[in-house]
Amino acid sequence: MNKLCGDLDYRVPSACGITGIMDASGELFSGDSIYASICNMRERGNGLGAGFAAYGIYPDFRDFWCFHIMYQQESAKELTENYLKKYFKIRHFEPIPTRKTASLNRVPILYRYFLVPDKDVQEKMPVQMSDEEVIVSHVMYINRFITDAFVFSSGRNMGIFKGVGHPDEIGEFFRIPDYRGYIWIAHNRFPTNSVGWWGGAHPFGLLDWSVIHNGEISSYGINKRYLENFGYFCTLNTDTEVITYLFDLLVRKHGIDLELAGGIMAAPFWLQIERVKEPETAELLKTLRIVYAQALVNGPFGIIVANQNFMVGLNDRIKLRPLVAASKGSLLYIASEESAIRCVCSEPDMVWMPRAGEPTVCQLRKASGREKVWLKQKETANL
Amino acid sequence: MAKAKRNSEFIIERDKEKCVKCQACVRVCANNVHSFDAGGDTVSSDPLLCVGCHFCEDICPTGALRISRNISDIKANANWSRETVRSITKQAETGGILLTGMGSDVHLKDYFRHIILNAAQVTNPSIDPLREPMELKTFIGSKPGKVEYGFNIAGGRKKYFLKTSLPPQLMLETPIMFSAMSFGSVSLNTLRSIAQAAAEYGTYWNTGEGGLPEELKPFANRAIVQVASGRFGVDIDYLESGAAVEIKIGQGAKPGIGGHLPGEKVSGQISRTRMIPEGTDALSPAPHHDIYSIEDLRQLIYALKEAVCYRKPVGVKIAAVHNVAAIVSGIVRAGADYVAIDGIRGGTGAAPTVIRDNVGIPIELAIAVVDQRLREEGIRHQASVIAAGGFRSSADVIKAIALGADAVYIGTAALVALGCHICQKCYTGKCNWGIATQDPYLTRRLNPEIGARRAFNLLRAWSVEIKEMLGGMGINAIESLRGNREQLRAVGLDEKEREILGIKHAGETW
Repeated sequence: MNKLCGDLDYRVPSACGITGIMDASGELFSGDSIYASICNMRERGNGLGAGFAAYGIYPDFRDFWCFHIMYQQESAKELTENYLKKYFKIRHFEPIPTRKTASLNRVPILYRYFLVPDKDVQEKMPVQMSDEEVIVSHVMYINRFITDAFVFSSGRNMGIFKGVGHPDEIGEFFRIPDYRGYIWIAHNRFPTNSVGWWGGAHPFGLLDWSVIHNGEISSYGINKRYLENFGYFCTLNTDTEVITYLFDLLVRKHGIDLELAGGIMAAPFWLQIERVKEPETAELLKTLRIVYAQALVNGPFGIIVANQNFMVGLNDRIKLRPLVAASKGSLLYIASEESAIRCVCSEPDMVWMPRAGEPTVCQLRKASGREKVWLKQKETANL
Repeated sequence: MAKAKRNSEFIIERDKEKCVKCQACVRVCANNVHSFDAGGDTVSSDPLLCVGCHFCEDICPTGALRISRNISDIKANANWSRETVRSITKQAETGGILLTGMGSDVHLKDYFRHIILNAAQVTNPSIDPLREPMELKTFIGSKPGKVEYGFNIAGGRKKYFLKTSLPPQLMLETPIMFSAMSFGSVSLNTLRSIAQAAAEYGTYWNTGEGGLPEELKPFANRAIVQVASGRFGVDIDYLESGAAVEIKIGQGAKPGIGGHLPGEKVSGQISRTRMIPEGTDALSPAPHHDIYSIEDLRQLIYALKEAVCYRKPVGVKIAAVHNVAAIVSGIVRAGADYVAIDGIRGGTGAAPTVIRDNVGIPIELAIAVVDQRLREEGIRHQASVIAAGGFRSSADVIKAIALGADAVYIGTAALVALGCHICQKCYTGKCNWGIATQDPYLTRRLNPEIGARRAFNLLRAWSVEIKEMLGGMGINAIESLRGNREQLRAVGLDEKEREILGIKHAGETW
């Protein structure tokens, strides 16, 4: 199979650039390196979108959900804040710090709110919901029904920063090098149609999830309808949104391992499943494919997904988009191009090409309990 | 009786130069169209008896025969066509219901023709199915909403084990199955051909309501066995021998009515298979007399599941009618593992013309509303949806799947592969092609080995075409197209039609 659909990098048309860096030891490091890494791939974007996500940046509010919200106008802010006050206890809120950048257009009003669901309101609700469910439902509500307001980040001790511009401009604007985090991912966008809306840039986020994506999803129509069954409403008309929700559904709601969730979204071919030697594993893979057929993500993609505890890189099942990984000590790098890694880590311990459909997972050491911090599935790609 | 007050439908032209008077046409025609006058040494033909099956034309060794439509017509009239006048004339002669065979031939809006497919360009590479894997494997049956599993760590590696058990599934190598055609309505050689093709290709055939003939038991593991209102041929061996059990409630060609196999067709073999005395009429009542509502259907579904020890899927087949979405929702809630929906263009061995042409709704609309309703109710995973009714090409199949069907049933297309020329005279039992007949003189014209190869070829050809179209869309597994209506666009459908189909108009972007 891998001969048939292995690393077909030569077929890849130029599109978005993605990069991610994680320190599995949990040490914080500044946004300088991710900034340098994504700016090195300026050619992969066209100035119509760039963004960053960082974990570990709000240690003072680590137990509070942090909403980053963009408003197109002041009235939407008022409406949204009244809504938030109704359902949440807001510990702190402020404008997201920015630096004036002359080249940026149509800059929205940007605020962040540190909050927790109001328990009193919760108790009056007819059904008991976990905090996560509450957050998801309110994010969905605001994004669907409050015009000109958009929650673009809703996790804890993490934040997404994005907008329409080149990565250097957006990084400057949001003062990315001023933050310190243990996972950083960044995106440089090359959309085929012009967008003026900042919300359409990557990363996409929901709860602690953030996703950056290079590709186009041919299965979007069915992925979207599948997610609607579970209360996820795709409001943005971009395919990256479905990847975020699929991860949330599979990993958080259905309790599926990251490696297996990757194996659902970029499912092994039937021929590969037939060749799996252990009957239990083969049966599991077969059942996952049958049951989660609608969660298969088809079409070319390279994605990086992060959460509090891990960062995962994943390619589509025949690797129609580039993705390279490298490691240095407890640091794992995943990027569209090796140059984006080498420019911030000139002598990595190891560099490899993740195989089609096989997730490259880096877990926080304290969460995984493992000394070895990254997992190349099957441990085959040796350089 | 006086000469019929109608002219012939066909013109038979015999090229006297080419005709060698071998009398092959005389011997083969079951309708006795051709005759030989030894005294005058002439072969002549009576076009009034001709049904237009073209068998004589096909078999004539010198190519002397040509059958064409008789264009002699009455005065042009938008309301009173020749067909209308002919029908009334026939009824004036007989006082009976007009019968017909095959799917409806009237012009009803062809929605498939108004739906077009997408292809990948630039931002999304198309995939070449000759170079890359392209998966059509399809599973029919109820699926759980989620999978639970556990694992042990042994030797530093995770060993997974499943906690969720998957209900029984049919595994298809292509999302195309052969539709229900009973032994009785078609010949044993016909069934043998499609059964063998299904088994060899890795898909399924359907016994229809006529039971499972002894000769076809070797293909039983690829058979869906039907339980219809007449319960013909149903016993525990029958249920246990099939791969799945299908309760037949309705048929697209004749929603709301039953079936009638005349006693003269109930030969020894059919009598044994259907488990009724030789020569008796085989009457399928219009409703199942033990199913007068949905709760009764639930009882039958579970009675059958009990009978097969929950080891095989139990499905329900209905005709597509106005309230189809709600009906299917009820059937799924009643425990069916799949629901087969037969649209208004669905075929039949015999049906009243007026019903075939006027009752039911097009399958395209039925698939769309059923798939959408089941999703809205959160039960789409509980049952598969099989679409049936006049699928003519791989394009129809792929569009049905994109609208939301899990798989399709084909009947007429399979018979055409075996030689059928759609003369619509299946109900006469005089099929010259040896398909819709039990006359041993006629049935042996269809060699089941050749028939199996031709039916297999049809499955292969359509599957290869589907792979090409899928690859063109940049999709390499059929499940990513299933219900993926973003890949469809409408041309010339109004807003309401697009709303029902859940598709955008051509020219609209994502």
